[in-house]
Amino acid sequence: MSHCVVGGGASGGRIWNEKKGRARVKDTADSYVTADGRTIGGVVMEMKNITLRFGGVVAIQDISFDIREGEIRAIIGPNGAGKSSMLNVISGFYTPSEGEVWYKGTRRPQMKPYEVARQGIARTFQNIALFEGMSVLDNVMCGRLTHMKPSILSQMLWKGKAEHEEVANREMAERVIDFLEIQHIRKTPVARLPYGLKKRVELARALAAEPTILLLDEPMAGMNVEEKEDMSRFILDVNDEFGTTIALIEHDMGVVMDLSDRVVVMDYGKKIGDGPPDEVRNNQDVIDAYLGVAHD
Amino acid sequence: MPDQLLFAMEVTLNGLMAGVLYALVALGFVLIFKASGIFNYAQGVMALFAAATLVGIMDGQVPFSHLINAIFGTDLHHFGWHVPALLAILLTVVVMIVLAWLVQRLVMRHLVNQEPIILFMATIGLAYFLEGLSDLMWGSEIKTLDVGLPQGINETIDQITFDAFGYGFFIDNLDIVATIIAGVLVIALMAFNQYTREGRALRAVADDHQAALSVGISLNFVWVLVWSLAGFVALVAGVMWGAKSGVQFSLSLIALKALPVLMLGGFTSIPGAIVGGLIIGVGEKLFEFLLGPALGGATENWFAYVLALVFLVFRPQGLFGEKIIERV
Repeated sequence: MSHCVVGGGASGGRIWNEKKGRARVKDTADSYVTADGRTIGGVVMEMKNITLRFGGVVAIQDISFDIREGEIRAIIGPNGAGKSSMLNVISGFYTPSEGEVWYKGTRRPQMKPYEVARQGIARTFQNIALFEGMSVLDNVMCGRLTHMKPSILSQMLWKGKAEHEEVANREMAERVIDFLEIQHIRKTPVARLPYGLKKRVELARALAAEPTILLLDEPMAGMNVEEKEDMSRFILDVNDEFGTTIALIEHDMGVVMDLSDRVVVMDYGKKIGDGPPDEVRNNQDVIDAYLGVAHD
Repeated sequence: MPDQLLFAMEVTLNGLMAGVLYALVALGFVLIFKASGIFNYAQGVMALFAAATLVGIMDGQVPFSHLINAIFGTDLHHFGWHVPALLAILLTVVVMIVLAWLVQRLVMRHLVNQEPIILFMATIGLAYFLEGLSDLMWGSEIKTLDVGLPQGINETIDQITFDAFGYGFFIDNLDIVATIIAGVLVIALMAFNQYTREGRALRAVADDHQAALSVGISLNFVWVLVWSLAGFVALVAGVMWGAKSGVQFSLSLIALKALPVLMLGGFTSIPGAIVGGLIIGVGEKLFEFLLGPALGGATENWFAYVLALVFLVFRPQGLFGEKIIERV
């Protein structure tokens, strides 16, 4: 039992740490440069006055924010704040009751989740949704489905173009597997993996789609400190190496403040803060929401 | 070699080929069950419907002729043409795809996320509906189906075995053809499952709906595809059984024979359906041969079910089914 580590305190303590690396140094209308030298581009997705109701319950109330190209954008908030609902709106699993979703400069019509995925928005799930019966490699290859062309006959005969395409898809899948350091389990059926690795495989599958925006639903949920640190590193590396725009939801304030370029804070379905981590952490509404000041 | 042994060999061979036909029906069940968790009670009736449609198209029958004649007082029965077998099969495939689309659109789409028992009840309804539709479209009389498959004793095998053992094996040509076709079908299905984009999507949907959606798979498309494939398999089974014993209502009852096959092979395994079919086919023929006389005969009627029961006790997931692990 001597190896038991209580994780909450260690990461919780980092919440208000000062950090320098990812602060903005230059800010213009359609791009800004971070202190660590990454250029963040223009707006790739914009949520305009999104409201989401389930019967009488208002899960999201009139929220607007944008996601810019190449940035790590976090949505945080206490339990039941509507974060997951927001992610489901972005990924098309929920249709907003009111408001508009703008993607790459055009208004997105009502879409099914698979159509959103085909547009280049990949996601992971809070409770992990993997193909349990398949191997890790097969799972990652499924992430390539949007890049495979339907040509049943040629694929079955395994010739020419289809073969070429299969090789290219396979290469990308292997690259992602290498990148996320899961080579040693590539042939293992997913059902046998521990929780932390499953989370990583899910990230690999989403990443294999080469998405324009990568949505992560509580990527650190249920992880120990070590796994959280690994996952944070992978998220930063993905953003650096592939230049992927990442929008993530997270509970753990400390992790979010270290990772993200800009943060949206939600509470009771409303937006109570939006901006760089330093700005958000000094916002009185945000402090109240997290410390639990009574609402009147 | 003693006559008894030779006869047992002949029985085994015949059993194997009967088993292939069971396997064909079981295959249709497995396809739908794997991808959508629906136990399709209508699979047998789909075979009947497919075979009746094929006969109807080949003979140039006017569909719904009884209904049309009754309403408009006309006297339509035949278009007066005969469609060649190959073309008729292609047209029947089209009909089965349209049927798959309609089933998905009108029935299954509205039952997404319902309990398996509700889906099962829906397929029972579908079975009765299809049975009626088949009668209404093509009439309920027994039809003969002749798509030009060879029938009768295979002279070559008879001759060779006679020369070798002094005893000629009776093997039906139709059974040989059915075996070859079933073999090709299974290999094609497995290749489709493993190597194509659609096959991958199919496996993905079978595994997790949410995850499938998130990688860009349309559930509706996959389900229509699966019902189409099951329709196609039903057509093949319908043609084989129809050619053997005529296209009639009893054709839909072969579905019941597929149940023990599924219990042996597992509901989720394509190779399982094949091996299960073969075991049942050989088992019931040999059992009848060896113990039938002592037990008063007709053991073929119940042997398969008893064997399935034994399997249920000792290996509930079947021979190849995914292992059932439950955490407490």
